Amino acid sequence: METGLTREKIVGMYRKMLEIRSFEERVFELYAQNLVPGTIHLYGGEEAVAVGVCSNLRKDDYITSTHRGHGHCIAKGAEPKRVMAEILGKQTGYCKGKGGSMHIADFSVGMLGATAVVGAGIPIAMGAGLSIKLRGTDQVVACFFGDGASNQGTFHEAINMAAVWKLPVIFVCENNLYAMGTRQSIVVLIGNIADRAVAYGIPGIAVDGNDVLAVHEATREAVERARKGEGPTLIECKTYRHKGHSRIDPAKYRPKEEVEEWLRKDPIRRFKEKLLQKNVLMEAEIQQVKKEILTEIEEAVKFATESPYPAPEGALEDVYT
Amino acid sequence: MRKITYKEALREALREEMRRDPTVFLLGEDIGKYWGGAFKVTKGLAEEFGDERVRDTPISESAIIGAAVGAAITGMRPVAEIMFGDLTALAMDQIANQAAKIHYMFGGQVKVPLVIRTPFGAGVNIAAHHSQSLEAWFMHVPGLYVAAPSTPYDAKGLLKTAIRGNNPVFFCEHKLLYPIEGEVPEEEYAIPFGVADVKRDGSDVTVVATLYMVHKALDAAEELEAEGVSVEVVDPRTLTPLDKQAITDSVKKTGRLVVVSEDCKTAGVSAEIAAIVAEEAIDYLDAPIKRVAEPDTPVPFSPPLEQYVIPNEKTIIKAVKEIV
Repeated sequence: METGLTREKIVGMYRKMLEIRSFEERVFELYAQNLVPGTIHLYGGEEAVAVGVCSNLRKDDYITSTHRGHGHCIAKGAEPKRVMAEILGKQTGYCKGKGGSMHIADFSVGMLGATAVVGAGIPIAMGAGLSIKLRGTDQVVACFFGDGASNQGTFHEAINMAAVWKLPVIFVCENNLYAMGTRQSIVVLIGNIADRAVAYGIPGIAVDGNDVLAVHEATREAVERARKGEGPTLIECKTYRHKGHSRIDPAKYRPKEEVEEWLRKDPIRRFKEKLLQKNVLMEAEIQQVKKEILTEIEEAVKFATESPYPAPEGALEDVYT
Repeated sequence: MRKITYKEALREALREEMRRDPTVFLLGEDIGKYWGGAFKVTKGLAEEFGDERVRDTPISESAIIGAAVGAAITGMRPVAEIMFGDLTALAMDQIANQAAKIHYMFGGQVKVPLVIRTPFGAGVNIAAHHSQSLEAWFMHVPGLYVAAPSTPYDAKGLLKTAIRGNNPVFFCEHKLLYPIEGEVPEEEYAIPFGVADVKRDGSDVTVVATLYMVHKALDAAEELEAEGVSVEVVDPRTLTPLDKQAITDSVKKTGRLVVVSEDCKTAGVSAEIAAIVAEEAIDYLDAPIKRVAEPDTPVPFSPPLEQYVIPNEKTIIKAVKEIV
């Protein structure tokens, strides 16, 4: 394949996407078994975005995430077992059970946290970019948010500020066409969220968010710009969530034909077919990768289910340092 | 001892901390070299530290606080200025849901060392959008500290503690306090949070007052002294953490309590302090607790209307006389 990427890198990206998919499938099963308190927002179908973006980042680069954040955590290098433990509300989770599915962070890998307030992570990512500029390092920040968040005032305020200060931030809009049940065309007149970049004087690119190599390439250029001090980029990744908004949502507002069309465009299947076609991977290797991942995810489930719940009085700790 | 204004005391704290620690930086609307802050607190700092560290921002309150949060969790110590306390409403998600909760929600993984400075208070005829006292909003958010200095000495010492600490601090100032002068030593000092200051000793009644109301309470105490009533004025200095001990100790001594606060009475600062005393020291009270606060209205514009709603010496004296 003419991507400029090593085979190892490409296989790693495939592996990461599969890891996220398998992780989310197990979360869904655990949910059905009543082992997951609260709610879940699954990332299945959008894996090419997290992986396409994060495969450009170093460990010391940052990301911010959303309520639909499990995939971002894993793509940035968080350990699946501790993500799973957090989702189950266990003491061994990244946040000791205080955050849960919608609020996971792993500062050791630059995952600055998921916020469940739609659009609230955008100014925080911009602030991390400001910190990088003031500290004079060449780190970058990738800020994930959805199409819904692009209608928040924070989107405008933070992107404008990042643009005028030339901050090293890559704003990644995961456009899965629906903000909860509201179709984008009902609330936005323009077709591409990326077109809004013009208003801030920065590059805006709309890419096929189900093509991990396209996402990778768009992000590669944005990261390069950011590291050189040339400022932020807005990348819109057109994608689709396979399940509903959250666990209670059967997503009946989506036409059947539309769902079927997007399922045909499944980012993992597309990538696999491409890898097989170009002889980057053999079917046997793919089966081997799958096997390894399933083992890893089972270990994560075992770790999480066998971990203890936090002591109740732990609720009073960590309010202040 | 030399005397400087409240505004100069704040500026000194900012300057000294910026010299001491290169991670401290300021951001806000018109705080830089062209204006020096709407109330001139940051005047001259951009000239010394440059535009990068004294950063003029667009009018984007939510992004100002968001920028501070993002910078604070990645190694910096931002001090954000919101031009008027009323405008914190525009940034409330970043203050109450993000800054205040990140340390807790992420299981203590990261500290959030940021300060939000803003002036509250009525009395300058700028009406409902620029005159409120909203301290209680922030007392209601676990994870925030709330400082409320009433003198230049307290302003400098508390701001230094706020900047050096590892928690988000909501730092309440007051428009009418900026020109007030007071003694501030040249040498280094900081004031710990959660330690009230008895601004005047007395034996007949305790008046707990905050921010500009401390001065009104002291004026009232002076007048009452002439009438033979000895008033003790206690200034909590920080509302979170609140020095309950100092307040209840004073009440145990005097047996009477008047709480004076400029915010609206309902669910306000005075309500919380009165509730604490009722809960923890009711047996020591010889009379009902009195509260002097603004009525539950927006702050009106016209001078006679505005003066009618702001607590003053007369309303404080009246409340004291009702219980002594």
